[in-house]
Amino acid sequence: MKVLTANRLTDGEAVWYATDHSWAETIDNSEIARDKAGEDRLEAIGKAAFLNNEVVDVDMIDIQLVDGAIRPIRLREQIRASGPTNRNDLGKQARPAVPQAA
Amino acid sequence: MYRYDEFDQDFVNARVAEFGDQVDRRLAGEITEDQFRPLRLMNGVYLQLHAYMLRIAIPYGTLNPRQLRMLAHIARKYDKGYGHFTTRQNIQFNWPALSDVPAILADLASVEMHAIQTSGNCIRNVTADHFAGAAADEVADPRPYAEILRQWSSVHPEFSYLPRKFKIAVTAAERDRAAIKTHDIGLHLKKNEKGELGFAVYVGGGQGRTPMIAKKVRDFLPENELLSYCTAILRVYNLNGRRDNKYKARVKILVHETGVEEITRQIEAEWEALRETELKLPDADIRAIEAYFAPPALVARPEGEEAVKTARLDSRSFGEWLDQNVFTHRHPDYAAVTISLKGIGEAPGDATDSQMEAVADIAEKYGYNEIRVTHEQNLVLPHVARADLRAVYDALVEIGLATANYGLISDIIACPGLDYCALANARSIPIAQEISRRFASLERQRDIGELKLKISGCINACGHHHVGHIGILGVEKKGAELYQVTLGGSGDENTSIGEIIGRGFGPEEITDAIETVVETYLRIRADRSEKFLDAYRRVGAAPFKEALYGSEVKAA
Repeated sequence: MKVLTANRLTDGEAVWYATDHSWAETIDNSEIARDKAGEDRLEAIGKAAFLNNEVVDVDMIDIQLVDGAIRPIRLREQIRASGPTNRNDLGKQARPAVPQAA
Repeated sequence: MYRYDEFDQDFVNARVAEFGDQVDRRLAGEITEDQFRPLRLMNGVYLQLHAYMLRIAIPYGTLNPRQLRMLAHIARKYDKGYGHFTTRQNIQFNWPALSDVPAILADLASVEMHAIQTSGNCIRNVTADHFAGAAADEVADPRPYAEILRQWSSVHPEFSYLPRKFKIAVTAAERDRAAIKTHDIGLHLKKNEKGELGFAVYVGGGQGRTPMIAKKVRDFLPENELLSYCTAILRVYNLNGRRDNKYKARVKILVHETGVEEITRQIEAEWEALRETELKLPDADIRAIEAYFAPPALVARPEGEEAVKTARLDSRSFGEWLDQNVFTHRHPDYAAVTISLKGIGEAPGDATDSQMEAVADIAEKYGYNEIRVTHEQNLVLPHVARADLRAVYDALVEIGLATANYGLISDIIACPGLDYCALANARSIPIAQEISRRFASLERQRDIGELKLKISGCINACGHHHVGHIGILGVEKKGAELYQVTLGGSGDENTSIGEIIGRGFGPEEITDAIETVVETYLRIRADRSEKFLDAYRRVGAAPFKEALYGSEVKAA
């Protein structure tokens, strides 16, 4: 399973493409690609958003569902989704209801 | 310190306006990311994991209080209340919005600072001994030469698109505190038998995936030939350095593949054609730049000796700080003070906005308005009267920056690692924090003695692990973090590259492994005066391997 992620052009904020077709600041409502067709669709959306100057550094990342919640496979992406592991007061984890990466 | 002249200021202001326009056009969608990326990198703006990152140049690591206050202001207004001092004597902010960067650069320009050439394949910020101008053991202040190099290399049209980035460091003491042999060009300012100033020139040092120690290409270069000779080196590199492979593009590879004799011949031949040109520095110009770095008028404060003695009796912790963090000054009534940014359990090199402001205040009150950033990610007050040391110490205690660990095992260099960096494979900061906590006891650290531990979160080696007495390199293996240990590295006048000791350790094992290495050293050292590095050089890797891998070693 994969989700589409990027950084927002204006401020660099890590964002994920959400089921409501917005670029959300947290990973939890991301649209999940469960097959090749889904991946192709998300990739096309990412490319269009890049060309439309909404986001940069577009990437498809591997995820798993843990108790129904989206969790990236790679630590790098877990840290992007939560924030620096040495500073729990920074990044997404500083907001309510975003867990720490490690 | 150096003050911008009208040309410098006009140039920096124009650059701010230019980049502001580029950002506007990017945000309006008039230029693409592919067009914009090299422009933002030329102005120090990277994209990291969580946000953009802005790297600001601190030429030869020298700051005045006004500049440090501006960095605090930027941290508070545009970032998240802290900055990260780097191994290139620079500072990085980890969270700026792209749309704010032009305003940040305008603020920086108002205090004669910028972020130009902190990225890209050009000549980067020139670094220098952080005790320059204060150290008792230097032949002269090396910073005027670093400033001459800065002026020469800033937007140098011939050297703005080199095969790869290019780093120059300058020291003026036999004891190398600027790690010159790990730089593309290392310059050692010295005097010849006639008492004239000049440089021993080293070329081709570097870390990264292929660590190399710089080779000496000239034993004595007269000071007025500095630019002609550096131009010759850069020309040979620019012409022959590899552009086909990013990983083989640094000058260290060219020196290695060409051989030191041949590369020296090429440099000298190029230099012969250049030395009688406008690149020869007029003596008046050197002296004019030198005047900017005229030492502060240090007034005699002979009461310092007695004051320090009394204060030491009064406070054990002050005494420990005095022993560890206070460095001999050329003036007997003064000292250079290291402000450790390595509080136990803290992220190496990080300082908050209020700490930066407080240090600026202390520098103003007690330090002749000078602050230095060290490549070991600490700050320095280069000129403090010994009579004021206790007051400085007390002020540092107030802001949590009086950790007495300079040169000890908790004085760790660590790159930002996977917690911030888009290139990293493993985390560095949490490893540094855990090791720091494990060895929190100052008594234990002092018993261990000088031990430089350096951590990088990927092979690019920003955390200088290759030259750590103990180096730790984080890699990713099968999706998990793994930490390789190297021993015996050193980044001083006896530079050596550490040797990989064996298989790596997981994040939960690495601190234990480091403790095993340290305990092994304590067991085998000849006596307390034999430092870790000396003991390692005497006995080699065997006892450390045995202690770490025991039965595995025997089986192999």
